[in-house]
Amino acid sequence: MVEQFTFYFFAALAVISAVLVITVRNAVYSAVFLITTLLATAGIFLQLRAEFLFVVQIILYVGGIMVLFVFVVMLVDLDIALRQVQFNRQKWVALLVVLAVAGQLVFALALGSEALGLPAAAPESLEPNTESLGLRLFESYMLPFEIASILLLVAMIGAVLLGKRQKPPRSEP
Amino acid sequence: MDAVVEFLKPHWMPLLWAVVIVAVLPLVAGYIVLLERKVMADIQARLGPMRVGPHGLLQPIADALKLLLKEDIIPANADKWIFWIAPLISVTAAMLALSAMPFGPVFQIADLNVGLLFIVAVSSLGIFGIVLGGWSSNSHYALLGALRSAAQVVSYEVAVGMALVSGLLLAGTLSMRKIVEAQAEQGIWFVFLVPVGFFIYLVAGIAELNRAPFDLPEAESELVAGYMTEYSGFRWALYFLGEYTAMVVVSGIGTTLFLGGWLRPFPNVAAFDFLDYLPAVLFLALTGYCFYRAPKQPVPIQKAVMGLFGLLCLGLAAALGWSVTLPAEAMARAGILGAFWFLAKVFLFLYSFMWFRFTFPRYRFDQLMRLGWHFLIPVSLVNVMGVGAALVLQRQAGWPLWQGLVLGTVVTLAVAAWLILARQRRPVAAPSAGGEV
Amino acid sequence: MIPTSHYLYLALALFTIGVLGVLTRRNVIIILMSIELILNAVNINLVAFARHFGSVDGQIFAIFVVTAAAAEAAIGLGIIIAFFRNRETVLADEMDMLKW
Repeated sequence: MVEQFTFYFFAALAVISAVLVITVRNAVYSAVFLITTLLATAGIFLQLRAEFLFVVQIILYVGGIMVLFVFVVMLVDLDIALRQVQFNRQKWVALLVVLAVAGQLVFALALGSEALGLPAAAPESLEPNTESLGLRLFESYMLPFEIASILLLVAMIGAVLLGKRQKPPRSEP
Repeated sequence: MDAVVEFLKPHWMPLLWAVVIVAVLPLVAGYIVLLERKVMADIQARLGPMRVGPHGLLQPIADALKLLLKEDIIPANADKWIFWIAPLISVTAAMLALSAMPFGPVFQIADLNVGLLFIVAVSSLGIFGIVLGGWSSNSHYALLGALRSAAQVVSYEVAVGMALVSGLLLAGTLSMRKIVEAQAEQGIWFVFLVPVGFFIYLVAGIAELNRAPFDLPEAESELVAGYMTEYSGFRWALYFLGEYTAMVVVSGIGTTLFLGGWLRPFPNVAAFDFLDYLPAVLFLALTGYCFYRAPKQPVPIQKAVMGLFGLLCLGLAAALGWSVTLPAEAMARAGILGAFWFLAKVFLFLYSFMWFRFTFPRYRFDQLMRLGWHFLIPVSLVNVMGVGAALVLQRQAGWPLWQGLVLGTVVTLAVAAWLILARQRRPVAAPSAGGEV
Repeated sequence: MIPTSHYLYLALALFTIGVLGVLTRRNVIIILMSIELILNAVNINLVAFARHFGSVDGQIFAIFVVTAAAAEAAIGLGIIIAFFRNRETVLADEMDMLKW
């Protein structure tokens, strides 16, 4: 009973916040609602017994990526953007197409739900989630792990380069 | 209704602790502010608040009343909703972190498997309180102070994380309770095994809290009050509550991971069992002091308040003394004594924060960022590698743990010395005058 | 026990909203936020199946998705700031210098 209540609470929070992210006019409000969506997603992870991912979501996504977003939104001039038209000209076509695709996916899910009839594995496995995650990560997924660290290094270098202000070229005396 | 009660019954203890923490925290934060003012006064060779209540003991209540009754000012053109929610985010993030904090073997709301990581994650949500508060104030000082504060917090989070990892490697678990139990098992506080990690955590923790000497974003002579400039009255009080709660959280993490949590000094050595009587004796001494000073107060109301404080200390001494008489395995004894030792160590942390605030000059912002990125992060990384190497040497080569750790510490200190000494910039020659646009 | 399909429907809803945001909004920062919504929907899907099959591989993939999302958000925002410094706009319709 508690499980159902928390699931529906987090799911409703996530969906409502997501809708607000793409509809409000003010970009800072969008960022705040995205934070709420990410926190609701973290709650869903916790409910799926993925406790390490729950904490990683909060540290990385909310505490890292969203801070980046909020910084950028504040550095970009907001007043002009507030008075512009928010939705582009293709909004109705996009809505139609997205609803069509979503309808197909719902249909596929409804049909396929019976195929997912495999009973879920024992819900209360006693292995602590963090340790089994760490063991598997460093045993089978070592290569993707190293590649991910190089990816982050490249992203760091790229972000620093993109953010540097270009000095005006100095004329020789 | 019955279903709700039935559901809540097995969880009554965590609920009780949650209510106690939320109810007691504003009062405790107020008294930490009083403590800070008294320590500041002592270091500056004066007396501090003495008027409101004997020795200023009722000052927090007067301050709280004043802040509650002040006019609520919102700047024109400020974003009302974000202005309203920003202090709440600050306070909520800090208080949520207290939910996994072990105040003793008994007094913990929730012992999560990932407790330490959860506390770090949730307290990093406080950045949003700072940034949104600064932005929504519609003021240049506030926005700049907020961005600087946030940049500082984010920079030192990496150093805090690495320092915590070096302690975690020794504990082998993320659960706060098991970390303290690991220290009890190994019979030694981790601060003696990884002193460099403790030092880095202390420095980076002070920077995380935006406290001096890292408080440029909120120093009065620099940016008025940084992100708090436009906040007054109760909203400002909420920000301050958030900041002091974060102080308690940082102290709590440091205590649990490095100073042995709720363990008394020398927890396994029977010769030091007399230390169990120390808390009760301490509070009896405090009671005696209160009753000694009570007749010397000038005004009857101050005599009465001093007497009340004396009675309070007497009650605490009685509780502590009674708990020592219980058998060693009783939950109440472990709970009460453990809570005393935990709070005593947290108090030690808080006192040292205040000491540093009034002793060291302030860091300039670029010096601050250089310290975080160029010094603390490399040193903490080398420290983590050193502790890891020590553990590998212990498990594969059979070295005793302390030998490997001493080696690791020496290497880390060598790297730190190199970073400080060998990379000092030589003074740059003055550029030639004229001829350059 | 919440059946896995419930989580899949939730992920589908978030995915749909994210795609709608990417296709419909003019502000480039909001488009980036919608991309984050899409990535989160994928994460929920991965973790739901990890729980369904009792293996931890789904969660590992989800960690990699979060890592890639962090890298992509950093670079994307860097590009936006660099563009804003030059052209003073964040609207996707006005970023048309490469059009004929």
